[in-house]
Amino acid sequence: MKHLVASRMERCIGCHSCSLACARLVHKCLSWENAGIRIQSSGGLSTGFTAKLCLVCDPAPCAAACPTGSLKQRKGGGVTQNKKLCIQCGKCAAACPVDAIAQDRQGNPYVCIHCGSCVEFCPHDCLEMREAEG
Amino acid sequence: MITENFRILEVNLSTERSAIKNVPGVETVLGGSGLAAKLHLEYSRPGLAWDDPSQPLIFAIGPLTGFFPLMSKTVCAFTSPLHGQYAESHAGARSALALRFAGIDALVVIGKAERPTVLHLGANVIEFMEAGYLWGKDALTTGKLLRRILKGSGHRTIMRIGPAGENKSAMACINVDTYRHFGRLGGGGVMGAKNLKAIAIEGNNALELPAGKEYANLFVDIYRKLTDTDMMRKYHNLGTASNLEALNELKALPWRNLQATSDPGIEGITGERFADDTLLRNAACAGCPVGCIHIGFVREKFHKDNQYLYRQVGYDYEPIFATGSMLGLTHAPDVLTVMDEVEKAGLDVMSGGVALAWATEALEKGVVTQEQTGIDLRFGDAQGYMRAVHMLGGAVNDFWRTLAGGTTAAAARYGGGDFACVLGQEMAGYATGEVFYVAQGLGLRHSHLDTGAYTYDQSKAPKDVDKALAFLLEDERERVILTSMVACLFARKVYDPETLRQCLTVLGGQALADGLDDAAARIQKLRWQARAAGGYDPMNVRIPKRFLEVETWKGRTDPQYLEELRLAYAGAIREMCGQGDVKPA
Ligand code: SF4
Ligand code: SF4
Ligand code: SF4
Repeated sequence: MKHLVASRMERCIGCHSCSLACARLVHKCLSWENAGIRIQSSGGLSTGFTAKLCLVCDPAPCAAACPTGSLKQRKGGGVTQNKKLCIQCGKCAAACPVDAIAQDRQGNPYVCIHCGSCVEFCPHDCLEMREAEG
Repeated sequence: MITENFRILEVNLSTERSAIKNVPGVETVLGGSGLAAKLHLEYSRPGLAWDDPSQPLIFAIGPLTGFFPLMSKTVCAFTSPLHGQYAESHAGARSALALRFAGIDALVVIGKAERPTVLHLGANVIEFMEAGYLWGKDALTTGKLLRRILKGSGHRTIMRIGPAGENKSAMACINVDTYRHFGRLGGGGVMGAKNLKAIAIEGNNALELPAGKEYANLFVDIYRKLTDTDMMRKYHNLGTASNLEALNELKALPWRNLQATSDPGIEGITGERFADDTLLRNAACAGCPVGCIHIGFVREKFHKDNQYLYRQVGYDYEPIFATGSMLGLTHAPDVLTVMDEVEKAGLDVMSGGVALAWATEALEKGVVTQEQTGIDLRFGDAQGYMRAVHMLGGAVNDFWRTLAGGTTAAAARYGGGDFACVLGQEMAGYATGEVFYVAQGLGLRHSHLDTGAYTYDQSKAPKDVDKALAFLLEDERERVILTSMVACLFARKVYDPETLRQCLTVLGGQALADGLDDAAARIQKLRWQARAAGGYDPMNVRIPKRFLEVETWKGRTDPQYLEELRLAYAGAIREMCGQGDVKPA
């Protein structure tokens, strides 16, 4: 199963096209935050931008932390999401070691489901869908 | 989605009270430029000084902001410290999306804070942060400190001023997220006068989208056009800096205070030179896949034991003209270094560079003395300019304080008006001919972006006053629609009126789409009325003598054509300013 990797972030220009695409196509809203991928300027000594994005854990700590089964282990790593089961407890976001889950002001979690919709909107090919290793 | 009313956040710094207002007019003024002019007419007090606490500082976005690519700009409007009248300045970075996701169409700041203040806003926050510790800090340091101080996801804009703004300079810019600026006409001075060091806006809300596939499909269409065509290449490749060589070739690049229009020194400051020797990376405004922002890199040895410091500086055509050719600097790293100091001081780079060029010639000619300036300035001497930038930003003595009020003000006091390169405000980098001089000299924003006059000069158009006038009026009207949406003007080829109509319609704005042409004419007039409310009379604008001495590929400036076009354009502007729905002063 393929998953999204932000493999060439050195090329990123910080346009937020990827986040906007995920919000538009997956979550049906206009946002640069309610998205599976979110862009931040790196600051500090390094320059450029970093992506906050699911790293496809297997087993996934966020799924283990989810009390209702809204997030479930995905084959090949990462999670599948059933929004209807979510009670906005925020346990998943707290469990993710790399801050890949965003919560909106109502507490709804946003996590990458590795659908690949954002890839074609990155103007510099920073993103790719990659087959899981091993 | 298109709403029935504008949602305006009014913040009063004097009382620390705010109000959310539903303001009608979406169908008549659209947003952006139109909304800014409307709000300025409603809020401003034309009889009072520009720095009276009651005068508004306005930031407006448009109906398409964030919904489509390159709808990424914000219009900032205020009463200018330079001329005391309506002024507009445009910038991008994250400002437009931050306002959109904060849920407001415009922010209106009135009043004056008692102490230095940072205004922290968002969809669920309005906060006045005491910021005495930031006063005196340069614009870059201020940004760094605020990023550390403010919590949250980081999806925000930070608009701040440097020392020039604190000193209420007419050349002070508002720095937006480090690499973009509300540069021209002294918006930074307006923030300084309000004791407002920075405005941070959190874009922390999501918005609804139209149901169905139509919107997403239209988005893809436009996105493809913007990224698949050559247009993207031109702007993200060498960027606007590619114009340096072209204009020098045409003998239209101002050198050393416009004493020449081409110079072999161009080799050191072409777009290619900057890209090959200094380009570190590109960056983009939020919502723009083009990424025209070019960030150059320069390192500086500060100790003989190979100890280096480095600077990252955003460059473009205009900053290179203003701190390069105009100051006789022909070594790209020197130009970036002076630019970096300009950034820190919080000066508008064009006004700052042109003012320093005037000061240099004034010193050369003995119009001012070194006693008055406190420093010797020579074309080509980067070290001198690095210091002078801070003398100008800091308004350190009588001379620099006067110059901070504009080169015209300094020339009125000391002399040297003949060689002040001022067209309404300090010139942009186009010595292309009569149409540009008149267009910037009289234009609403005195900006090279009011119209494409510099392109018109370069076309084969005959010296025909009627044709040139028609071009100026028509081009302004077309741009006014884009700056009301608010689009980046680099996207103007893609966002033709038909495409804009589709965008508006898909977002539920059928009425706006149908009335687009009428709105264009209405907003064009409205902006001029906003300007006229402050007492603008285009007939009083004079083009300094230096512009008559310019020699380009076309030969010398034609004084008769220049004068006839000046009178014709001034007449047309007066007509647009004429009686209408201007509020009584
Ligand atoms: S969201 Fe975080 S915890 Fe969950 S699988 Fe992805 S990286 Fe792991
Ligand atoms: S792969 Fe799909 S879910 Fe993940 S960030 Fe991209 S669009 Fe969003
Ligand atoms: S779309 Fe690509 S370039 Fe733009 S922010 Fe996302 S990763 Fe960076």
